[in-house]
Amino acid sequence: MDIVVCIKRVPAFGAQVPLTDDGSAVDTRHLGFTIGPHEECAVEEAVRLTAKYGGRVTVLTVGPQDAGEQLRYALAMGAHQGVLVDTGTTELDPEATATAVLAGLADEPDPDLLLFGDASADAGHGQVGVRVALARGLPVVGGITGLDAENGSTDGNGDAAGNGAVSLRASRDTPDGTEVFRLPVPAVVAVKEGLNLPRYPTLPGRLKAKKAALRTVACDPEPGGLHTVGLRRPADDRAGAIPLGRGADAAPAVVDVLAELGKV
Amino acid sequence: MTEIPERADVVVVGAGIVGNSVCHHLAELGWRNIVLIEKGPLPDPGGSTGHASNFIFPVDHSREITALTTDSMRQYEKLGTLITCGGVEVAREPERVEELKRRMASARAWGVDSELIEPRRVAELVPFVDPDILLAGFWTPSVAVVDPLRAGALMREQAIADGALTVSANTAVTGIRTDRGRVQAVCTDAGDVETPVVVVACGVWSPRIARLAGAQIPLTPAVHQMMDVGPIPELESTGTAIAYPIVRDMDALMYERQSGADLEIGSYAHRPILHEPDEIPSLEAAALSPTQLPFTSDDFDPQLEQALELFGSILDRPDAGVRHAINGLLSLTPDGAPVLGPSPEVNGLWSAAAVWIKEGPGVGRMVAEWLTHGDCEFDMHGADIARFYPHQRTREHVRARANEGFNKTYGIVHPREQWESARGRKLSPFHAREREAGAVFFEVGGWERPHWYESNRGLLDEFGDRIHERPHEWDARWWSPIVEAEHLALRQRAAMIDLTAFAQFDVRGPGALDYLQRMTMAQLDRPVGRLCYTPVLTPGGGFRSDLTVVRLGEHHFRVITGGADGARDRYWFESHLPADGSASLVDVTSAVCTLGLWGPKARDVLAAATEDDVSGEALPFGTARWIAVDGIPVLALRVSYVGDLGWELHAPFEHGQALWDAIAEAGSPHGIVPAGIGVYGTTGRLEKGYRLMGAELDGEYDPVEAGLALPKVKAADFIGKDAYLAAREGTPAATLCTLTVDDHTSADGIARYPQGGEPIVTQGGERIVDRKGRGSFVTSAGPAPSLDGYLLMAYLPPEFAVEGTSLQVEYMAERYPVTVARVGRTPLFDPEDTRMKA
Repeated sequence: MDIVVCIKRVPAFGAQVPLTDDGSAVDTRHLGFTIGPHEECAVEEAVRLTAKYGGRVTVLTVGPQDAGEQLRYALAMGAHQGVLVDTGTTELDPEATATAVLAGLADEPDPDLLLFGDASADAGHGQVGVRVALARGLPVVGGITGLDAENGSTDGNGDAAGNGAVSLRASRDTPDGTEVFRLPVPAVVAVKEGLNLPRYPTLPGRLKAKKAALRTVACDPEPGGLHTVGLRRPADDRAGAIPLGRGADAAPAVVDVLAELGKV
Repeated sequence: MTEIPERADVVVVGAGIVGNSVCHHLAELGWRNIVLIEKGPLPDPGGSTGHASNFIFPVDHSREITALTTDSMRQYEKLGTLITCGGVEVAREPERVEELKRRMASARAWGVDSELIEPRRVAELVPFVDPDILLAGFWTPSVAVVDPLRAGALMREQAIADGALTVSANTAVTGIRTDRGRVQAVCTDAGDVETPVVVVACGVWSPRIARLAGAQIPLTPAVHQMMDVGPIPELESTGTAIAYPIVRDMDALMYERQSGADLEIGSYAHRPILHEPDEIPSLEAAALSPTQLPFTSDDFDPQLEQALELFGSILDRPDAGVRHAINGLLSLTPDGAPVLGPSPEVNGLWSAAAVWIKEGPGVGRMVAEWLTHGDCEFDMHGADIARFYPHQRTREHVRARANEGFNKTYGIVHPREQWESARGRKLSPFHAREREAGAVFFEVGGWERPHWYESNRGLLDEFGDRIHERPHEWDARWWSPIVEAEHLALRQRAAMIDLTAFAQFDVRGPGALDYLQRMTMAQLDRPVGRLCYTPVLTPGGGFRSDLTVVRLGEHHFRVITGGADGARDRYWFESHLPADGSASLVDVTSAVCTLGLWGPKARDVLAAATEDDVSGEALPFGTARWIAVDGIPVLALRVSYVGDLGWELHAPFEHGQALWDAIAEAGSPHGIVPAGIGVYGTTGRLEKGYRLMGAELDGEYDPVEAGLALPKVKAADFIGKDAYLAAREGTPAATLCTLTVDDHTSADGIARYPQGGEPIVTQGGERIVDRKGRGSFVTSAGPAPSLDGYLLMAYLPPEFAVEGTSLQVEYMAERYPVTVARVGRTPLFDPEDTRMKA
């Protein structure tokens, strides 16, 4: 089963998100970058699925050259190859991002599965997977917290080892219970944190990833219809830590708080 | 935010290990109104204390740092926050094996038990290490890990329990109010605290806080990368934080240590990554903490391969992942040493910064003693904030040297090694001539000083058989046999030496004499025109400095001191000026150049260049007079640090080159040569047994021990007098001696030359320790070309301070026989001083 995982380079911030002076963007000068937790789960799942059923994992990102760092992180986790769709440093809207993803996929063999995080960790639009699925005429499901392959249940071509065509069984939790989907391949699936516990990259994995060649595709997509007007921080109304007391004297206050939270 | 007192005797800013320790020791010393302000939350406010690797290797080549470290270990242990795990520094390269041997000398000199071991033994101690890529190990069983957050919390609690300390966490310092250069109050977002003393213990933020008072703390935040790799079953199964010794992979500039189920890997090999104190993210904006910045993996990747080479057996596992990786911030200074003590820029502002976990508690104790008594148990001159000249406090200088110094953290640094960056900052007026003569420049206090002259290479033929080549590259590094040739030319004819790096202060006013009398040990109430060498003592009676004072008028003196300690001395003298304004001090260093002229032909040379009478009757030893040299006004001081006839010629700076040319021309018929500081500071000095501040002389030794007690004690009171009187009454615990090396031949059959810092041991190989607990070590080492020998100086306890006693010096893990040649100050060369006083 060949899988493409789409990931996004996002800033890693603390409790407070620093903004540029004009409020147009996150001030990333002193921030590191990472991929969001949903996407980490997507990479982990892809690595596990190919370990189980064979096939290759391609990680694809859209963004600046520096996003190669995130591709290499995914390679260190066990992905096999990386594609960087270089769109420069401008933040793209979801339509343009989807266009860029499609451009990156154009020269790749058609995968059995396209994995996305349910939404990016910074913008959180949650649109790109759906747009890519639509453009390629593939079935799509989001919010997935359980995923596995099922042999031969749609067209019967899958072999016992899981190679060849299979179908997918995907599930997600809702307040009313668990929804289970069966999808034919190829398909698009957007997954959520909780799907698995992503591994840490190993040292040999990092070294291998460092040496891996990334395929770079240049792309300058037309902007879509969604424009960011500006960013502002919510008013800082957090109360901060309130000491409830010291030692045994604090016990009644702790009980009150737990009662308030409905835990006791 | 907390209620904050309106007044305090001292405000300490920063609740890392240093700030907590300062508070604790101030409380122990009886301070009762201490306020500790911390911007972050407790117990981990987010500074470097919270993310440090927390291990302690006690051995350092610096005595000062080793003393601070071993004192800190005692404190951590007393607080129950120390776990001894042992540690081994391993060598992959032959040069590192030599360095480990050199570390053995430092371990023995400072009294730390260490041992050189085979790779096989390393692998026994740390079974995951691949011994096949190692050549040797340096094993120190007392290496430990500590919990500085817990230690700090306990220190605070004790001080609070004593009723001495108020802690205000989550409180930001917004300003430091000063008036006429003196601290008045610390302003915070929780209110102002009036105080005469502020201690800045803010780690990487220290420059920012000091700037609020208009002062500089010269350090820069810099990155030290580390990562945790795990889980590793072999480590996890120990069920403890650390069960195996810590490994310092010295040639890879890395360390590896167990941290629970993980192996922590730290590096000092990556490119220097410097930050700005103002750009460190706030606690809220930081992803982890303000001093744990995003890991930049590109910088670390080359180290991964080296980690895998050494620890492949546990790191090359599919289940062991990189669980945590940071660019941790620490503080780097221009010379790598801490920045401690009273700021020379603002009265009442103290620095306790650029301190590692391993030194934190000891630094706290020293700073608290210093605040209380004016000095402290350990000599802190190498860490004194006043050591920096103004140009060395600039951002550019700090960054240049930090950039160069970072990779020296685990590097092999020769004791004479010179900096490459920020050079050429101060040039004497002789500089152009010196360059023409092929000077090899060493730096002191920013000054470029010739150490020897390549143009004198021809002298090697002239003095050939009296000069000793150094066959081992390490011994010969940053040295030249030309130094010995210049020395012999001086002793035979005459030499001129650039001494412009001297720091010089003019002290004037009706109170000048009384003021200087109070500052110095020697009697300065002498006729105009007399000059006087004098120790300057600490309140505790140790050496603060030694220098020359010239009486130029009834109320006018010139203080001349070494370039290495000029900035410290200026601060010391300025901070003790009389409050009534009866004496003033002007730093005239930049106005004066100094040319030393010495040798048996010196008088002939000077006489040929001046119309003034420079005979022994007109200008006897120990006097100063203005003369004209080729029309240049020159203050001639009949004094010598090399023990030959001659003068220090002090002239207005702008006349310097003309003075040089006049002396060179007058000296030419007499075969004068330019000579470097190698002669002045080492060979000439050692033959004459002259002591050097920072080598033989420091705060831990007194004038009686140094052999510099004077026949009479002046009636005037002076700093350190009580302690000096007490020292004169007792028998010294140790006496400074000059020793000769009897046989230089190593086991390899080549001659080796100790460089200084090595332990002196008994014939049986036992350490020699005096009754104050101080080990005997080589304070200075160098050739004595006129005596055809090699001299060492060392303090020895009475039972060994006997001329003719046979002892040994340990150098590069071998022992060489030495003999005590002189006890006390009488020189080995020309003991009657007939040449100098001719």
